[in-house]
Amino acid sequence: MSEAPKPPGGLSRRDFLRGGGAAAALSSAGMLVTDLAEAAKKKPATPHVPEGMEVFGPGPVPIRLKINGKPFDVRVEPRATLLDVMREELELTGAKRVCDRGTCGACTVLLDGKAVYACSQLAIDVQRMPIQTVEGIGRPADLHPLQAAFVEHDAQQCGFCTPGFIMAAKALLDHNPNPTLPQVQHALSGNFCRCGTYAGMRKAVIAAAAVAVQEDAEEETPRPEMPDGPMPIKKMEAGGEDDEKAARRARRKKKRRQRGGGDGG
Amino acid sequence: MADPSWPDEKSRKLIGQRISRLDGPAKVTGRAQYTYDLQLPGMLYGQILRCPHAHARVKAVDVSAAKAMPGVKAVRVIQGPGTEIQWALDEVVAVAATTEAIAGDALRAIKVEYEVLPHFVVEEKLADAPKVEPGEEVSEGDAAAALEAAEVRVKGSYGMPLVAHNCLEAHGQIVQWTGPDRLTAWCSTQAVSGVAAQLAEALNIPAANVRVVAEYVGGGFGSKFGIDRWGVECARLAKEAGAPVKLMLDRRAELTVAGDRPSAYAEIEVGAKKDGTLTAWRSKSWASGGLGNSGNPPIPYVFQIPNRKHQHSSVPTNKASSRAWRAPNHPQACFLTMSALDDLAAALGMNPLDFVKQNLSLTGKLEKIYREELEVADEVMGWSRRWHPRKDAARGPIKRGMGLAIHTWGGRGHRSNCEVTLHPDGTAEAKISTQDIGTGTRTVVGIVLAETLGLPLEAVQVSIGDSRYPASGGSGGSSTVGGVSAATRRAALNALDLVFAKAASRLGARPEELEAAEGKVRVKAEPSRGFTWKQVASLFGQTPLTATGANPGPGELTDSGVGGVQMAEVAVDVETGIVKVTKMVAVQDCGLIVDLKTAESQVYGALIMGISTALAEEKVTDPVTGITLNHDFESYKMAGIGDVGELVVRMMTGPGYDERGVIGLGEPPMVSPAAAIANAVANAIGVRVPWLPLTPRRVLDALAAPGKGIV
Repeated sequence: MSEAPKPPGGLSRRDFLRGGGAAAALSSAGMLVTDLAEAAKKKPATPHVPEGMEVFGPGPVPIRLKINGKPFDVRVEPRATLLDVMREELELTGAKRVCDRGTCGACTVLLDGKAVYACSQLAIDVQRMPIQTVEGIGRPADLHPLQAAFVEHDAQQCGFCTPGFIMAAKALLDHNPNPTLPQVQHALSGNFCRCGTYAGMRKAVIAAAAVAVQEDAEEETPRPEMPDGPMPIKKMEAGGEDDEKAARRARRKKKRRQRGGGDGG
Repeated sequence: MADPSWPDEKSRKLIGQRISRLDGPAKVTGRAQYTYDLQLPGMLYGQILRCPHAHARVKAVDVSAAKAMPGVKAVRVIQGPGTEIQWALDEVVAVAATTEAIAGDALRAIKVEYEVLPHFVVEEKLADAPKVEPGEEVSEGDAAAALEAAEVRVKGSYGMPLVAHNCLEAHGQIVQWTGPDRLTAWCSTQAVSGVAAQLAEALNIPAANVRVVAEYVGGGFGSKFGIDRWGVECARLAKEAGAPVKLMLDRRAELTVAGDRPSAYAEIEVGAKKDGTLTAWRSKSWASGGLGNSGNPPIPYVFQIPNRKHQHSSVPTNKASSRAWRAPNHPQACFLTMSALDDLAAALGMNPLDFVKQNLSLTGKLEKIYREELEVADEVMGWSRRWHPRKDAARGPIKRGMGLAIHTWGGRGHRSNCEVTLHPDGTAEAKISTQDIGTGTRTVVGIVLAETLGLPLEAVQVSIGDSRYPASGGSGGSSTVGGVSAATRRAALNALDLVFAKAASRLGARPEELEAAEGKVRVKAEPSRGFTWKQVASLFGQTPLTATGANPGPGELTDSGVGGVQMAEVAVDVETGIVKVTKMVAVQDCGLIVDLKTAESQVYGALIMGISTALAEEKVTDPVTGITLNHDFESYKMAGIGDVGELVVRMMTGPGYDERGVIGLGEPPMVSPAAAIANAVANAIGVRVPWLPLTPRRVLDALAAPGKGIV
């Protein structure tokens, strides 16, 4: 890569990025341009930190994550993604690393109840938020209804994308317990499968939704919340078609808001 | 020996049922551990510096700065000064470091000087190729005279690009040396036995000292048969560093050098009588799969047209070598052939279904199967009821159409061995060094074992994915299900022979009077007289009983040669050029089906992958730099869940199919989708879109200049 042409002040873009930026940001506070050039020549030992701002790193720093209801204390570099910390430090390898740039959805987890790509979250940023992973919603001998439906409808082949799809589908059903097929497809459109298991997934999610709605109707009490699933399952309102339509509208509206917030789905 | 054949339909308890895959719960809960998920104590991370040029000579390599970095434990120059590099992103230097970040820093500290050489990477136009390797001309009858005499003939050109495997679990492995000439490698591979042999040879260590493990594999599709240079280098890094090394490819390398399907282009002339009877075929095809792996699609496909002439040329390009990709050569042959035949049917004014039926006698021994499958597909799709001639007459921009294609594949079971163990606790275990790349191999082995021993599925254990188990072939060419089913059946029957011999006298019967059914070994004529498996196991004391078996080969328990029919329905917006597949119907035979549920999944998966390759997938290489441009999921387009319409799968089972024995299924349904979809688009809009994928631009180009072809 060629060096960018230096601006009149003698501070290149690269110098700026290397650490002159903090000084440059202060130029309006009275620093002379010549000082800036001097500053840029020296390797800045520590970047200037505005008062009241705490700096983490670049070395490992202690953080605490709350995953599947359990606290994890770990030391990681501030640049580490949630995905890499889970996989490398916490033995939570259900979320997969495939594209590592927020496209494929294989690393989908629920962050504060919303589906997000764990490869696109810094671990240090999500310390106070409940995180739920595929390991936290069921065990092989005690599957969550959604997981059971994936098995029953063979919504998986090699299985590498499956945890991501499970979490994206869980986010959908948590917010919209009785989705239409287009809603299912929309919610899972942020994930890729290469073996071609979409046909089974469509059936599985619709079937899992039917189970959940059925259980709700039978229990007449709200389903217990998952340890880290703060979003209560919205029950279908009993009543006429108009009420149902209104409820759907409300759910859609709510969903739109959530999507605007960077929903992985 | 107990009856060596498959049980008949009435007595089958598990075989042919819809059974959920055994490892499903492990996968849906994230407990399934793939190579990418594993960590060993003290494990280092390997990364590879790759050449940025498509053709270059290495002039100098300076790794001193990388070697001096704290945390860097091994640096290996793979292709040093003087080496000629033939494709972009080929391996140049490998490093191992304590963290991925440090390994990445080390790569950036390495200086390599290249002498850049001229390259050639785009083979679409044969005339542009600096080098062409013509293949032999294959001729039958007199194609030229028959074309001349044909009452109707068409000429067209068609083409399809390279498409990537793009396995979600990247290629890679972890290698740990357990002695000076002994190692274990956890590999993302579809050939556990084969990769162990390759590693031993490359590292010059005894094959018996190499153990390869692949418990779960995140897809292969034909791209994971080899240990590859990065695998060998991973082992060498581990040796040099004295610590286990994990080296997984990043997505850019995965999409550039870890496998693709060869392209295919052809100019075709085909002729027929007025009644649609095919009489003549002449074609010239070319393709590229890197320097010399272009394949050779069998053209004309399926139909043995009496007078035919075909010649295929390979065009070397500066790209990484293509690899086997689900049904090697067949999707290309099918698309090229079925497109030309569909254009001929249109010129004849014939319904393609009638046209195909008219010529089914040219398909040889599969004629009857195709005929039955066409009937089923016709009914499910409503083809005869709804078909219209080319160009949907409906008003408005959305045009609908239907297309069809037929295909074949071998699918004979590979060489495979199995060991069945009856443990002292009464449980049964099958061990095979096969691998489950998502097809359901583990489940199939369990079903055959449980069926043969008369046990419920929960009572058996399947151990696969370890080269220490009895050898088994790679998962390629739809050969696995036949190989492992037959081997498991034989091993289980051999175990039963030992059990019956031991149990007979205690039950006061002769061995041949016994059966294994309903969880018991019992007297056939008097089912109440028998032993539980736990009691049976106790007859052998504390030493488990073991028996082995091998796939006896073709004709016994397995067969080969299947037929399949697919129909596609599309909706094309002629204003935007957007194609939507609204429905696909697949009718497939594969002999005796072991697990109907996972078998159907293979076909659904093939339809979806087929829709993806028909509408979206294409590796784009820049002719100027020689670099593959779309090396991530944003730009290498694939179908998402919303891009696949209604899918209907019908498996042919019962008399005429089951008695053939087990035949593989991974490849065949992958052959027809693109051909059927392309024909449906032609039916909808009235013109042929000669290129795959059927992108909006290509659809609009074809509408603007009908009949232009690809050349």
